[in-house]
Amino acid sequence: MKQKKGSGAVTWILLFLAIGMLVYGAAAGQAEAVFTKAVKICMECIGLG
Amino acid sequence: MVKHLRKIIQIAWGVLTNIHIRGFFQGKIYTGPLKRFCVPGMNCYSCPGAIGACPIGALSSALTARSRKFPFYILGFLITVGVLVGRFICGWLCVFGLLEELLYKIPTPKLHIPEKVDKPLRYLKYLVFAVLVIGLPLFYRDDYGSGLPFFCEFLCPVGTLEGGVPLVLLNDVLRPALGWLFRWKFLILILCVLSSVFIYRPFCKYLCPLGAFYALFQRVSVVKLKVDTSACVSCGACGKACGMNVDPHKTPNSTECIRCGECTKVCPKGALSFTAAGRELSPRKRKEPVSHEKETD
Repeated sequence: MKQKKGSGAVTWILLFLAIGMLVYGAAAGQAEAVFTKAVKICMECIGLG
Repeated sequence: MVKHLRKIIQIAWGVLTNIHIRGFFQGKIYTGPLKRFCVPGMNCYSCPGAIGACPIGALSSALTARSRKFPFYILGFLITVGVLVGRFICGWLCVFGLLEELLYKIPTPKLHIPEKVDKPLRYLKYLVFAVLVIGLPLFYRDDYGSGLPFFCEFLCPVGTLEGGVPLVLLNDVLRPALGWLFRWKFLILILCVLSSVFIYRPFCKYLCPLGAFYALFQRVSVVKLKVDTSACVSCGACGKACGMNVDPHKTPNSTECIRCGECTKVCPKGALSFTAAGRELSPRKRKEPVSHEKETD
């Protein structure tokens, strides 16, 4: 099965970087920031401004 | 393969990610620990049933924050999902996409959008992402130094449907706050719902910023659609079956493909299949050995 080596490497590099970002962001407290926002009714989102 | 497997998964996922049923009776949203995790599809976190956070809402919110830190967590999540499966999320795990598909099943004459209109309009969703999700939330500040989630506030029909309508119906307290913004967003919702009856997934094609983001990773994702060029006879059956107007045998990993798999079902030669890191996810029955296979477009 042929696969371009370049695109395969890009995939895994991107995946590695993305997971790294996710873990770093979670460790830096950004998941808590998401939580803080998500547990309040977003008045803008529901059209109440 | 189970018949209607995709529909079953779409419905099951929709139920699972909005399982806070109590919220629909009390007019309140879920405030438990799962809200720190994003769901991969469009799902407003102000939906009374939602147990996860909307990734677009979370991203906009991070960019409007006064501290303005780079959103590693949310972008890391979105890129991880995009690199793993691309727009597979659109085809299998998006509640609003499911709604659009169900509406399209209503038996009416269907509207064919001419290619000279359809093609340029497909780029609109990238503009929505760049300007309404990223640009304006990042750079616009009001007199108090606060930003606005422009997409969520002025365009997103998902928030109106999942959050606005049920919360307004269930909460007397919120009703006095109804104004021009709610009427505007309700109008957008009605337009999306109505157009979905006549056009296949119009929001996904033209407006969805999340689909636009995942589309960026279609060609490098781990999961891909593969064309066996030795088996393909270019009959065009796959293109005719595709609701997103993609020609899978020519561009199997088009940015417009939502990886629903309908093309793989209709191919008379079994030439189309999904692969993950080069391995077929559902092996096809072949009548003769094949030596050449085209994976990317």
